[in-house]
Amino acid sequence: MTDLTAPVSAPARKRRSNLQLLMANRLAAAGLFIFGFIVILALLAPILPIPNPDITDQPNRLLPPLSEGHLLGTDHLGRDILSRLIWGTQVSLLVGVSATALAAFFGSLIGLVAGYVRGATDSILMRFVDMLMAFPYILLAIAIVAALGPGLLNALYAIALVNIPFFARNIRGVTVSIRNREFVDAARLSGKSHAAVLFTEVLPNVLPVIVITMSTTVGWMILETAGLSFLGLGAQPPTSDLGSMLGQARAQLFTAPHASIIPGVMIFLLVMSINLLGDGVRDVLDPRLRSGTLGRPMPVTKIKRETKPASTIEDAPALFVENLSTGFDTGGSITPAVNEISFRLDKGECLGLIGESGSGKSVTALSLMGLVASPPGIITNGGVYIQGQDVLSLREQDLIALRGARVAYVFQDPLTTLHPLFSVADQIAEAVLAHNPIGKRAARQRAVELMETVGIRDASGRASAYPHELSGGQRQRIGIAMALANDPDIIIADEPTTALDVTVQARILELLQKLRRERGLALLLITHDFGVVAQVCDRVAVMKNGEIVEQGETQTILRAPQHDYTKRLIACVPELGEGHSFLDRVRPLFSEAKA
Amino acid sequence: MTAYIGKRLLAAIPVIIGLSVIVFLVMKLIPGDPAQALLGSYATPDNVARINRALGLDRSWPEQYVIWIGNLLQGDFGRSYILNRPVLDEVLERFGATLILAGASLVICSVLGILAGIVSAVRQFGWTDRIVTFFVLIGISMPAFFLGLVFILFFAVQWRLLPASGMYAVYGGGDLPDLLRHLILPASTLAIVATGVVARLTRAAMLEVLRQDFIRTARAKGLSENKVIYRHAFRAALVSIIPVLGIQAGFVLGGALYIETVFQWPGLGQMLVKAVSTRDLLLVQGGVLVAATVYVLVNLLADVAQALLDPRLKA
Repeated sequence: MTDLTAPVSAPARKRRSNLQLLMANRLAAAGLFIFGFIVILALLAPILPIPNPDITDQPNRLLPPLSEGHLLGTDHLGRDILSRLIWGTQVSLLVGVSATALAAFFGSLIGLVAGYVRGATDSILMRFVDMLMAFPYILLAIAIVAALGPGLLNALYAIALVNIPFFARNIRGVTVSIRNREFVDAARLSGKSHAAVLFTEVLPNVLPVIVITMSTTVGWMILETAGLSFLGLGAQPPTSDLGSMLGQARAQLFTAPHASIIPGVMIFLLVMSINLLGDGVRDVLDPRLRSGTLGRPMPVTKIKRETKPASTIEDAPALFVENLSTGFDTGGSITPAVNEISFRLDKGECLGLIGESGSGKSVTALSLMGLVASPPGIITNGGVYIQGQDVLSLREQDLIALRGARVAYVFQDPLTTLHPLFSVADQIAEAVLAHNPIGKRAARQRAVELMETVGIRDASGRASAYPHELSGGQRQRIGIAMALANDPDIIIADEPTTALDVTVQARILELLQKLRRERGLALLLITHDFGVVAQVCDRVAVMKNGEIVEQGETQTILRAPQHDYTKRLIACVPELGEGHSFLDRVRPLFSEAKA
Repeated sequence: MTAYIGKRLLAAIPVIIGLSVIVFLVMKLIPGDPAQALLGSYATPDNVARINRALGLDRSWPEQYVIWIGNLLQGDFGRSYILNRPVLDEVLERFGATLILAGASLVICSVLGILAGIVSAVRQFGWTDRIVTFFVLIGISMPAFFLGLVFILFFAVQWRLLPASGMYAVYGGGDLPDLLRHLILPASTLAIVATGVVARLTRAAMLEVLRQDFIRTARAKGLSENKVIYRHAFRAALVSIIPVLGIQAGFVLGGALYIETVFQWPGLGQMLVKAVSTRDLLLVQGGVLVAATVYVLVNLLADVAQALLDPRLKA
């Protein structure tokens, strides 16, 4: 379906710096702001006018927030909560960031070496990493703390260790894909040592992935070290981080909830701001990972026509398309893919729609039943008349009811267009049931009949096969059987034979021809191959850059093509035994075009 | 299918052996001489040597490992010297309570997470999507142990709706409704983070699937939008959601450490935390090993479920 990526002539946007991109993401900017504020506060702890966090003051214990001299109140030993909060944040940040740095360093090193050296080193290192990953996340950390003894530093080591696998796996994956690239080969051939290649050629390219993994795990590590401290296994008195503050205040939860809630909220804010920032960093550094940025396709292509054509016309053929225009919404402006095209298709006729990749022929085919993915697709003009009724004026559910019933599709690559997890008979039966509630068993029976019709041997035996168990030709026959399920008037076949090899291609075309003759079907055949058109089509329309440049009887056009583009397409059909003279014959046609 | 399950089972064996090696090595991290630690600072060199011989610590590490594994296979996980009872007895007793808690959380996070993810994907960029995304963000940023305290504060203390701690009421409890009442708060606290993760991944998986060619085919057949989403798209997305649920089982087992401590749930997590602070190493060893083995088996189950859903994986 390369046709869908129509010629994009979007106005080249000015490239913005990474920071600008980050700030454009409102949530990430908010995260950066909160995180920055917390970090500055924590760093300024020594010079802020706050009391010593460790001075106890028993008479003034558990003061509520907003007490005199204690903005956030005091804890069970009368210590100032605000001061402890700021100092505790400093400890939590320091531990979380150090754990991340440790995990990133060792994890990346393992990943780089394993991915670059491969072989036995790779398998040994990665098996070890797999073993670490086989532990429920925090349980290994607790075993390590148990062995080393409770303490902040030991908690840090434990958390760092259990996070090494994430880095090792991610970095190894990227390294493997980079090590075979040309620039790495070139560096190796220039005589650089392996270590030099690894650190000067591979590492810089892996760095974004390391940064992404760090930014997405640091919040998690802060959370986990705070958790260990909360359990009394991390920071030991007199040192305290946010987790141990919360753990100590827990005993007074009912009498002085503020002493627990304040450090809890602080951990939450800190981790949330880091997560927001991390998502933003990931989106900037690796836009492909960004989930859900592409809109989900709606059931029917968005229709926004400048002028509404008549909703019905008299004496219409099976299919009549008038001034149809479809474009893609590329953020504000609409890039046209199909421009004001008109054609007709009579009952029992075969019309070929031919053009190169990107000429707009597939978009045309999909537009007819509102199947262009939308967003970004949008139908901007024209009418599509099926038996004289403009389907683009119909209500959504009425248009859906026509799909597969009056107008059916056969798509290009039957491996990706059939559902991989349903048996082929179920998929055909489903098409029957969508328009004709005859019951599951009858539908399945009908599915097997249809499979016989399209020439699948041992149809009942193959009925419960999954698409991946069939050959390409058989799969396409299933696609055709599905299209025939409800005896449609029109079949739109979008490059039905392009993904198949030549002998299978001939048989599928033969099948389509036979069905057309027997059932009086109108066939709209989309292809880039004039050979196919010559073989099958009564008439042909030639598309280029979203417009029909020439249409007429197939024989007439083959004999006397008017448009240069048509001449070139015809010339591109090679003849057997032609050899090098093919290029000599074709070359002048293309050099003219360039001039 | 049985062949596939057999193959996966065989593949799990080296993983479990690997786990035991790592646990064994971690125990070797203990600083100082264990015999010295056991006997205190007034031990004579003679006594230290005697204890070392008695514990088998004078042998090489591989020998020690083999002896240890042999004992494990005979159900001898050692004796907890703090509790003065066999480690395996204590671990199995505690593990039942953890399974109830972790299982309930896993059910909650799967159901809620998948539902939220689907709704979020279907109503992409709409209000529902924004609300779900907002709650997901809160869920994955919230320290579970803190959320547990907040829940206790409101549901148990302020509104007196649910019990704050324990597994059964001290007086007159012990039946199923009593257990469920005690289960609600800890299980939902434990499920929060996992729900966020599942919802996020379900949303991404659904959006990914909805752009596939076979969804266009489903539409071209004239299927209703509900069938397209819930039958075709969800079924395909589920294949990538199942392994995520397997990983969540690990997070839930680990999260039990905090939640059981906060809610005084008499499970493995609470036991481990206590054992770590009393440095009851054999108990820690046994608990971690059992939990890790169960986690490996849960993931094996996830693998099998995935293969059942996706016929392409069986080959």
